[in-house]
Amino acid sequence: MAGWYALVVVALMLAGFALARGRAQSVAGGNYAGMHSLPSYHGLYTASLAFIPALITFLVGSQIAGYLATQSAISALPNDIQSDILRQGAALREAVNIVRGGPVGAASAEVQSAAANYSSALSAGQWITLALGALAGLAGLSWGLSRVSMNFRARNAFEKLVHALLWICATIAVLTTVGIVFSVVGETYRFFFDPAIKGKPTVFEFLFGTEWNPQAAMRADQGDIQTAYGFLPLLTGTLLITVIAIAVAGPLGLFSAIYLAEYASPRVRSVAKPVLEILAGIPTVVLGFFAALTVAPYIRGWGETFGLNVASESALAAGVVMGMMIIPFISSLSDDVINAVPQSLRDGSYAMGATKSETIRQVVLPAALPGIVSAFMLAISRAIGETMIVVMAAGLAANLTFNPLDAVTTITVQIKTILVGDQEFDSAKTLAAFALGFVLFFVTLVLNFIALKVVQKYREQYD
Amino acid sequence: MTDITAGGVSPPIRRVEFETAESKARLRRRYRSEARFKAYGIAALVVAAAFLFALLSSIVMRGIPGFFQHYLVADVLVDAAKIDPEGKGDAATLRAGDYTAVARAALAEAIPGVEGRQLKRELNGLLSSGAGDALREMVVADPSLVGQRVKAPLLLADEADVFLKTSGTKIRVISDTRGIATPSATTGEISILVGANDFADDVALVKAELKALADSIDETIARRKARGATVESLADLEREATELRRRHAAAATSERLDAKTASRLVAINGGLVKVKEMTPTLVKGEVIIPLKSTADAAPGTWEIRVYETPESNRNLNDRGLAFLEELKAKGLVESQFNFAFFTRGDSREAELAGIQGALVGSILTLLVTIGLCLPIGVLAAIYLEEFAPKNRITELIEININNLAAVPSIVFGLLGLAVFLNFFGMPRSAPLVGGLVLALLVLPTIIIASRAALKSVPPSIREAALGVGASKQQAVFHHVLPLAMPGIMTGTIIGMAHALGETAPLLMIGMIAFIVDVPSSLTQAATVLPVQIFLWSDLPEPAFKMKTAAAIIVLLAVLFLMNGLAIWLRKKFERRW
Repeated sequence: MAGWYALVVVALMLAGFALARGRAQSVAGGNYAGMHSLPSYHGLYTASLAFIPALITFLVGSQIAGYLATQSAISALPNDIQSDILRQGAALREAVNIVRGGPVGAASAEVQSAAANYSSALSAGQWITLALGALAGLAGLSWGLSRVSMNFRARNAFEKLVHALLWICATIAVLTTVGIVFSVVGETYRFFFDPAIKGKPTVFEFLFGTEWNPQAAMRADQGDIQTAYGFLPLLTGTLLITVIAIAVAGPLGLFSAIYLAEYASPRVRSVAKPVLEILAGIPTVVLGFFAALTVAPYIRGWGETFGLNVASESALAAGVVMGMMIIPFISSLSDDVINAVPQSLRDGSYAMGATKSETIRQVVLPAALPGIVSAFMLAISRAIGETMIVVMAAGLAANLTFNPLDAVTTITVQIKTILVGDQEFDSAKTLAAFALGFVLFFVTLVLNFIALKVVQKYREQYD
Repeated sequence: MTDITAGGVSPPIRRVEFETAESKARLRRRYRSEARFKAYGIAALVVAAAFLFALLSSIVMRGIPGFFQHYLVADVLVDAAKIDPEGKGDAATLRAGDYTAVARAALAEAIPGVEGRQLKRELNGLLSSGAGDALREMVVADPSLVGQRVKAPLLLADEADVFLKTSGTKIRVISDTRGIATPSATTGEISILVGANDFADDVALVKAELKALADSIDETIARRKARGATVESLADLEREATELRRRHAAAATSERLDAKTASRLVAINGGLVKVKEMTPTLVKGEVIIPLKSTADAAPGTWEIRVYETPESNRNLNDRGLAFLEELKAKGLVESQFNFAFFTRGDSREAELAGIQGALVGSILTLLVTIGLCLPIGVLAAIYLEEFAPKNRITELIEININNLAAVPSIVFGLLGLAVFLNFFGMPRSAPLVGGLVLALLVLPTIIIASRAALKSVPPSIREAALGVGASKQQAVFHHVLPLAMPGIMTGTIIGMAHALGETAPLLMIGMIAFIVDVPSSLTQAATVLPVQIFLWSDLPEPAFKMKTAAAIIVLLAVLFLMNGLAIWLRKKFERRW
């Protein structure tokens, strides 16, 4: 169906363009200089006038057709299924699967008839939509054609439409943020306050609880495992891995940046920069594989030679590899900041007889400090939000510990664990993942916002 | 300043001595600290480079074997009775034939005389369940092969394949045997009587192994105790250690072999016997490859083979290993490049699993991503850079884009799950939804790169266009945009490389399902390359670890190509104004 829609829309646009341009050419009769807009602008304007109503009709119409088809499918179901929301949903899914040719179980006669209803109503609705859309497009097209004249400002009119399109594209980023906020805040609110959700914690229990166990005991013989949504073990786990990562990446990234910005010859830079860029471009799933299969056993073996008990999914392994991931991030941001420090400050320091390292330590770094701090903040926000490395190399055990040799779990690991696989949107467990997502989004947003503000302020200082 | 000079008070002159020993020492110290500081910088870069090297080399070393596969290249009788019993000869019949049976028959020919269901199962277990696939293709392509003998590669199962690829187990052969050996039978459970105490050394070795085992169990117990394990949970281990020590200390010269000690086999009269119990002069065991006769074997004509890795530490048991070694000795095992890796979908059998499904899924997903975010990103960048008025709304949009670039990718997955799947009811696991989510994810990157590219076009271009009467939009779309295009393309390719490597948000929208079929439409369930890597890395089979690393090599190669293309574009079209 989407193919037919596209075909009709494209045909209308092409027709509109060709007709309007032809009419403009005949109206001008060779006197293009006396015409306000070129014929092709008349064509483009008319094509857009055909396109916009047709597109809107299709978008609205297909939604309505889907809704009506669902209603007609429901009406074919027996009353007892209609009254039960859960069974109704299941039957509908089955019917839609039959229509789409997806995986089908042994469907009952009611579901079969619901599927037949759905299919006939849907195709009728879609054909009506198609016809209405084509009509709307034709109406737009003829209106556009009627406006073609020597004095009509077709270019200005078309440019207004383009301007609107540009604005819409620019606001999609805002819509994305709105979508994120809408999805995480809405579900988080339900997690804490929706009375229909069973087993949910209070906000206080969530923020200060020390037990995290979203999976309740399924059978009686599994003992008295209680669901618990205490956020603290996840927080400490995330912080532990982040601290390790920053402890690795901070010095390494900062010193590489200093060396590259202040000491390195162009030749060294031309080798070292790509190395860091390659490191930055390696997908995190690859780093996670490396962390789990190479680094973790290595750290474990190394720990055993010193008689230490190292968990096979230790926080150290995940943290070290995450640190490696962050090095290029810190180094490139710090590099920019150090390069932005005016040369006059360095020259002043050299003139007083300071060595290069003294200049860097006592003049350049203090001047660049706000920028470096914000680089670290962005790095921390990235470490907190990183998922694949910790999913593959850190564990699932929500231990409340600060020992880097133990297994810990993080916010992102828990989100992934809860949401992968089938989930129903009415359980506290699924909503808990969105609450975690909200925390994650909020924390990283604050960190980024502060860091960006600091950088902006600092740039203005030296510009 | 003027105050001081006007006041006529000159600052006191301080003489600085550069020649005293003290100041020379101070200078040396400062230079040393300078060198040290520089060395830290070099060290940091070296560590980062070393890490990258360790990462890449470890992936390559693990992954290279994953591109190859071992085959049993045997003379196969394409038995008409198994493939085309009614002699129809059409392609459908030939395709449906039982090629596994044909492959098994060829294997039975290579190692004749194996008896017993258990042993036969072990032997057939060496072949993959898809062993006959290559043969099927050959026969379908050339139906005249039915009834003929052909040399065909039969795929080995992953355990055998991994065993051949890794160093496997060390095999120690003792061929300077001193006594005459007499087997009691040619098949089944037999005993072999030897005229000299050829097994005395081995019995001692086994005893030593038992002691080492008991010691390592004791260590485990001590470690668990230190971690606070209860005494009851360790009781089994303690019993085991005590039993091992008893066997070690016992004076009895007869020793039973089990899966925890090195395996010992006796090759005699063309057959192979797995030792189950041994004394210095008599062994009892089970025949794996039948003996040709029960004749006495002269000293030196029979040998003891020791598989040093205990059976419980291997994926291939003694029987499979013995068969495999026999096939290898006959020169029937061959390693070939595994083209099927690129032409098959996922599979539960490691030797049959390929990445085609994931590759196609990745391509479909990226098509959606680039189709959405290139136009939207470029148009948004044009608006912000060329047309946006300086007001609160524009500022809000700019802050938004910068923040969005730093939002964790998993949050975009939550967005996809809640909005696209739950609210709009789009299909799960589909490249369409994956592409949408990735488009939102890389949109900020593309907008920022495109703005930088637009900004680098000098204002003189715009002014010249406006000067000859172009409208503002004509100036931008006809003159500025084409000049900014190389920069935009570079940014887009880098954004696409980012999208190609992204995993976490796709897990959220269900692209993690086990999917065998290669997807053919945007709404079909599919998986992508990084998710395939994640799925395989979770599987316990060592063969899948190799495949994971091989898939990573493919992914990295594509990423390097994309980034190389971006650099090349930048170099070729870079213009200094």
